[in-house]
Amino acid sequence: MSTSHTSSCSLDAPGAEARTCATTGLRVCLTAQQFIKLNAVAAIVFLLLGGIAAILLALTRWQAVHLLPVDWFYRILTFHGLNMLIFWILFFEVAVLYFTATTLLKSRLFSKGVAWVSFLMMLTGAVMTNIVILQGKADVMMTSYLPLLAHPLFYLGIILVAVGTLIAVFNFFATLYIAKRDKTYEGSLPLVTYGAMAAAVIAVIPLLHGAIVMVPTFTYSLGLTPEPDPMWYRMIWWGLGHMSQQVNVAAMVAIWYLIAYLAVGAKPLNETVCRGAFVLYILFINLAAAHHLLVDPGVSPAWKIWNTSYAMYLAVLASMIHAFTVPASVEVAMREKGHSRGIFGWIAGLPWRNPAFSAAVLSLLIFGFVGGITGVTLGTQQINIIAHNTLRIPGHFHATVVGGTTLAFMGLTYYVIPLIFRRDFIWRGLARAQPWLFGGGILLVSFGMSFAGSLGVARRVHDIEYAGVYGPAAHFFLGLLGIGAIIAVFALLLFVVLCVGTVLFGAKLGERPMTDWGAAEKTFDAPPAGSLAHAHWAMKGTMALTSVFLLSFVVYYFANWKALADVWPVQ
Amino acid sequence: MNPKTEEPKEHWLKRLMDNTWLLLILGVMIPLLSYTLWGWIELLMIPPAPLP
Repeated sequence: MSTSHTSSCSLDAPGAEARTCATTGLRVCLTAQQFIKLNAVAAIVFLLLGGIAAILLALTRWQAVHLLPVDWFYRILTFHGLNMLIFWILFFEVAVLYFTATTLLKSRLFSKGVAWVSFLMMLTGAVMTNIVILQGKADVMMTSYLPLLAHPLFYLGIILVAVGTLIAVFNFFATLYIAKRDKTYEGSLPLVTYGAMAAAVIAVIPLLHGAIVMVPTFTYSLGLTPEPDPMWYRMIWWGLGHMSQQVNVAAMVAIWYLIAYLAVGAKPLNETVCRGAFVLYILFINLAAAHHLLVDPGVSPAWKIWNTSYAMYLAVLASMIHAFTVPASVEVAMREKGHSRGIFGWIAGLPWRNPAFSAAVLSLLIFGFVGGITGVTLGTQQINIIAHNTLRIPGHFHATVVGGTTLAFMGLTYYVIPLIFRRDFIWRGLARAQPWLFGGGILLVSFGMSFAGSLGVARRVHDIEYAGVYGPAAHFFLGLLGIGAIIAVFALLLFVVLCVGTVLFGAKLGERPMTDWGAAEKTFDAPPAGSLAHAHWAMKGTMALTSVFLLSFVVYYFANWKALADVWPVQ
Repeated sequence: MNPKTEEPKEHWLKRLMDNTWLLLILGVMIPLLSYTLWGWIELLMIPPAPLP
């Protein structure tokens, strides 16, 4: 890749406000670096707030503990949802967008002023919303379904966050434009930037839906306009609520590719296929917001089936392509380093001491095996009727958004802090354990929720004892949820302490490279690099793992049809 | 011979995949039509419930 030295936005241009990273050799735009730092710090603060709320909720749903009174349960549930699903994720994604558009394209950020406007709007909105919730003026949960009504500042805060993020997305696209105009890169966008571009495209629609639904609700809360139709509200709100989670999927997959390259040197087997999978995301993944309206009476079965199937599962195909190509590229890279014993011998040589890598692997496994399989199954219209509004639904999305996205974002942070804040991580042994603790804890949370939900335990319910119909098994799984949450929140707090401690007290790197977390070692008899790129046998371990995945999918899917059939037995 | 004619023409799929702005338009229009507009029309077509 060659770089123009005369263009105004190139980081290689004379006088460019940039530095050279001592670890990667890449040029880093100083303006982008400033906003990566700001957004990453804000993201971690909101993650901490959401995590504190999580443990309070889990210890309330654990019926034997039942910590919070009813009003505080719904208050904290609202707080948890918005901080975890919106604020933490969006701030971190803006940091990812700024990094991928500048450093990887050797371009400066389009506008510092726009970045400030975006950040201040998002921060003001998030703080405003949180204050209103904690004041007890918005006990409406994250969805704030009408006719539930919150304080006007609650809606205004969300509008500010949505519009602020949209402005950051504009800054990202404008940076892509000036980078292409000034030829800071040649050919196609690098794959990781391409994944971030997919995430940014996917983000436009949910953010527009957020504005469309929140503005009339805000004016209604002020008494200026009539109440929006509650069915319309649900449909447009989920255009924000669920579509925004698809942004996470694209960003998470881009991070998988990045970490696989940083830790193992893995290169995609076929970039065109990977890009094609991102295109399928762009075109079809946002349709699946219709999952939330599967039991709504206002929309037709045709609308539900077409949209919940992501246009006949084309976006699911995309996920399965990524879920194959990421581990397959890692396997090929490992075999090229000489770790070629048997089907799974390459797994033993992986850099398990690298917390970014272990976080990415756990993220992929939890997202695919738990989140993906449950998501597609629960999104089937007929099956959804036995799962809708039960704890199975949060059991699914805690595997996708927390076990998948949050864990991948945590993994990336183990590189972001040394490379952007230029501090070496403190307590590296604890950092190595953190992804395993978090991944293990969130798996227990997901299993506890899913199995309790299978027994009929509803989501968003403060107390299940009033019904008096749940036996000891349901209580056992709610206990499992509680124990899992204790482990996961402990790991989350550990992550925050590691990040804050490193930024404040970590050894300054200056001009020296970061201390390596550990990369895959090359053996003495390794074949030449690139020699196995087209050898099908070199990915036989991934083929075996994929077969296990598909078998699990089939078993889970048909077990759910059986469970549905049991609801209406034919005598 | 014009040197421009010697350059191999890129496959239309590759050009599509490299066209950020076209992907942006498609990525906005497809869910807007399939999810939002179609769903909105269906909600508008619900007849009002007769009052008892």
